[in-house]
Amino acid sequence: MKLKRTLLGCTMMLSVAAFALGSPASANDELQKLQGDANQWVMPTGNYANQRYSALDQINATNASKLHPVWSFSTGVLRGHEGGPLVIGNTMYVHTPFPNNVFALDLNDNGKIIWKYEPRQDPSVIAVMCCDTVNRGVAYGDGKIILNQADATTVALDAKTGKELWHVKNGDPAKGETMTMAPMIVKDKVYVGISGGEFGTQGRFTAYNMKDGSLAWNAYSVGPDEGMLVDPVKTTNMGKPIGKDSSISTWQGDQWKTGGGSTWGWYSYDPALNLVYYGTGNPSTWNPTQRPGDNKWSMTIFARDADTGMAKWVYQMTPHDEWDYDGINEMILADIPVKGKQTKALVHFDRNGFGYTLNRETGELLVAEKYDPAVNWATHVDMQTGRPQVVAQYSTQQNGEDKNSRNVCPAALGSKDQQPAAFSPKTGLFYVPTNHVCMDYEPFKVSYTAGQPYVGATLSMYPPKGETNLGNFIAWDAGQGKIVWSDPEPFSVWSGALATAGDIVFYGTLDGYLKAVDIKSGKELYKYKTPSGIIGNVTSYTHNGKQFIAVLSGVGGWAGIGMAAGLGNDTDGLGAVGAYKQLSNYTQLGGVMTVFGLD
Amino acid sequence: MRNTSLLAFSGLVGAGLLLAIAGSPGAKAENDPVYEVQAGRVDQHTFNGYRRYGESCLRCHGPDGAGSSYAPNLTESLKHLSYDDVVNVITNGRQNVTKSQNNVMPAFGTTEDVILYMDDIYGYLKARSDDKLPRGRPKRIGDDS
Ligand code: HEC
Repeated sequence: MKLKRTLLGCTMMLSVAAFALGSPASANDELQKLQGDANQWVMPTGNYANQRYSALDQINATNASKLHPVWSFSTGVLRGHEGGPLVIGNTMYVHTPFPNNVFALDLNDNGKIIWKYEPRQDPSVIAVMCCDTVNRGVAYGDGKIILNQADATTVALDAKTGKELWHVKNGDPAKGETMTMAPMIVKDKVYVGISGGEFGTQGRFTAYNMKDGSLAWNAYSVGPDEGMLVDPVKTTNMGKPIGKDSSISTWQGDQWKTGGGSTWGWYSYDPALNLVYYGTGNPSTWNPTQRPGDNKWSMTIFARDADTGMAKWVYQMTPHDEWDYDGINEMILADIPVKGKQTKALVHFDRNGFGYTLNRETGELLVAEKYDPAVNWATHVDMQTGRPQVVAQYSTQQNGEDKNSRNVCPAALGSKDQQPAAFSPKTGLFYVPTNHVCMDYEPFKVSYTAGQPYVGATLSMYPPKGETNLGNFIAWDAGQGKIVWSDPEPFSVWSGALATAGDIVFYGTLDGYLKAVDIKSGKELYKYKTPSGIIGNVTSYTHNGKQFIAVLSGVGGWAGIGMAAGLGNDTDGLGAVGAYKQLSNYTQLGGVMTVFGLD
Repeated sequence: MRNTSLLAFSGLVGAGLLLAIAGSPGAKAENDPVYEVQAGRVDQHTFNGYRRYGESCLRCHGPDGAGSSYAPNLTESLKHLSYDDVVNVITNGRQNVTKSQNNVMPAFGTTEDVILYMDDIYGYLKARSDDKLPRGRPKRIGDDS
């Protein structure tokens, strides 16, 4: 497919005077500059550091109560709407779950549709999508919009016309490989990941050239050193070289080939260190007895060279996972005091319930503390070895196959799932949407068949004993590893947060509210019930000098599976029936973007 | 496939072959697989059905067959569907893909983990649908865990 360079335009880039076309260096400069402009929202993560912070303050703690919806847009698709829109100049880009339509909306003309892209995909891919048909959004760079389709195709569209410029096949749905994650563009490359941990996919992190979609490099999460782009000497773990065959020596035989370690979370990038960060998912299957060993490098934070892909350091959070504590949650980069010392930190709220603070240059582990007091599967993380100290009672490995391990907290969906947290440089704190759910987990033997689920455990989920709320929205001090304030929510909070210079934090709830709370106290300042449950991320931008807040509603995802009918557990004789609220009594399917503003 | 019931026999573990037998539509209720619930505990087949459900169906139909935001509540469905209907939809799948609906029920006709245990899965869901079994992991008869 030949590039139609003439179609790449400067016109839409109103606030950016210099916008050179095509050349790699300029794409880098352009995005690096744009991500600092609070008037636009140029990447799904807000900025490269993944902070989801807006420096805008027109909407603030004083006037937030006067917020109101100003316009809305129906995507025409039901099912779970994760991610959020991009705003580049006067154009807003909105994506949908399968069939992964993309709309360019003209903010100068009341959201009129400039173009729409409707891919044709074989609907049979839906059958192998783990948990609903979500998609977490598109990326912008070099005059292109990059979309990851469910059928594992990455597509580049002309940002101005929606015309397809190139596409590349990044995986095979027949093997259970699909795509849900939002791509990230750095310099002349676009990084993408793969989903399919529940189908025995061999996870990988892949870079394609923005110019034409050709492969730049591919780095597996598990397997032989060459395939993983690790150096036995130069790549470190807890400050030491990882050594030869660091992954395959922790798997039995060929099991790494179906070993999981998918890569479907949010990526981040530090331009000064030239490192890109992401987490890898659970090892396959969920039955730990079937895959002896630490199963490296599943459940791992990777820091890779942004140009070559070579791993600089790794840290495995949950060696030999026994609970599906998929380690893909976002890495937030922030320069904060950690135990009194100013640090280039990486902060990560893992599914396993620990909030980790690492030195992002060296991978040194600085803080690992529970960010939900209910977490019980491990007492603590040993700061010398980096290993969690597993509590025997909750070890599904030690209890064994066909044994039901009860009251394990958190549940498999984690104390937090993919829904990204926010960081405010003004307060130095993190604002985290969390789940407050425990489980019974019973592993059993399964065999691998390509394209078939490779799960091997049954679970029941319910709120922690004696409690009724399934979620909390918390403020977290990552330097100390402490909760600063915590707002209980009836359901898990499954929406990405936004912190602003107006001293507000925004998030959405599964029962459909967009909420604004005071950044200092968590006190509710404003709420509005959108048409459906919110699992999307909150975005802010300006148009004609006025600040707006945008969020997608459309219930679904894992939350829509686990909570639609309420959570049930009969093991305690249904002692807390009142706790099993049915989400379906509060909200129905629907895909709508709602935009809020002040008069 | 409309008028054909595909009956897969449970217990043929390892047979590797799918036995398809043409029968008449709307099999008699007395031929349907049964479940056993005694004081809240279930027989091994029903327990296995619970487990196979967790492996292959839960990610869409939700915990305990109770439904999700996009796939039907099977405890309701089984009040209306015959055994043959259920076997048919599980074996052949069903797609309801329109401009606004993207519902895909996969075909499990070649998935051993499902086909070989069809009656166990049916029995488990039927027990749930008949309100004989509460939500959560059932206990096995003669099992104290
Ligand atoms: C990928 C998601 C998915 C999986 C996995 C799945 N189903 Fe379904 N199933 C659906 C959807 C969606 C429908 C509704 C299809 C429609 O709208 O026609 C459905 C429909 C059904 C129906 C018909 C219900 C009715 O009211 O007509 C039955 C029975 C059923 N599924 C059983 C199962 C069983 C048993 C399993 C596991 C072996 C399973 N399904 C696995 C998505 C799924």
